[in-house]
Amino acid sequence: MAKTLEQKLVIRSDRSEAADVEEKITELARQAGFRDSAVFAIRLALDEALANAIHHGNREDPAKKVTIQVAIDDEKLVLTVADEGAGFKPCQIPDPTIEENLERPNGRGVMLMRAYMTEVNFNEVGNQVTLIKRRDCDLPTC
Amino acid sequence: MPSKESPVVIEPVGEVISVRFVDRNILEESSIQRFASDISAVVEPSTRPKVLIDFENVEHLSSAALGALITINNRVKAKGGQLRLANIDSKIFEVFVITRLNQLFQIHQDAEQAIASFR
Repeated sequence: MAKTLEQKLVIRSDRSEAADVEEKITELARQAGFRDSAVFAIRLALDEALANAIHHGNREDPAKKVTIQVAIDDEKLVLTVADEGAGFKPCQIPDPTIEENLERPNGRGVMLMRAYMTEVNFNEVGNQVTLIKRRDCDLPTC
Repeated sequence: MPSKESPVVIEPVGEVISVRFVDRNILEESSIQRFASDISAVVEPSTRPKVLIDFENVEHLSSAALGALITINNRVKAKGGQLRLANIDSKIFEVFVITRLNQLFQIHQDAEQAIASFR
């Protein structure tokens, strides 16, 4: 049975607390032997998930928390980011790469998570995202 | 002019407004808003500004930072100016390719090439 490292972190809806979480999880991934490209991908996807949770989910309400869970084993890293907001429908986000949307300043977070992680799953409500990065995952492919 | 806390250093290089980042990570919302407003403050009073944003030493950036760059690009274009990006790390360049923003921005290998490309 592979040994699993697990941690749960709860932060306020505050970007500086989110930055500390990013540093911590990036370091855990590095220590667990993930390649530089995978560590970059994990940080990028986690940053987007935390930004969504704080800004869109909890609407920067300091009374609302963001819960982050990380589990690392021999095969993969699994991150779950949950907020206390009403949720959203990821399928309703317009494709930011089509010509008419290229100059829109937002709407790229979810597509970046999907481009860099092996798997991205939202719960039904849309206020929790699970990000999985397998060690043998070569994404993104340009 | 930007204060000491600005996440960017803005200085003239000939007729070019040269911008470089102080931090390795362009992730925090407040920092992103600040760099966008600091650059806009220099662009707004200019006529046909030539703006170079140098990414040397930048290791991470978020989609919010990409959004701020799009806003700056629109402001520069509205003033009849030109924006160039340079010195982008290969991992970050990949983010531009995935989002197709490499088609929106003029991206150059280094600052010298970027400056030479201004018309």
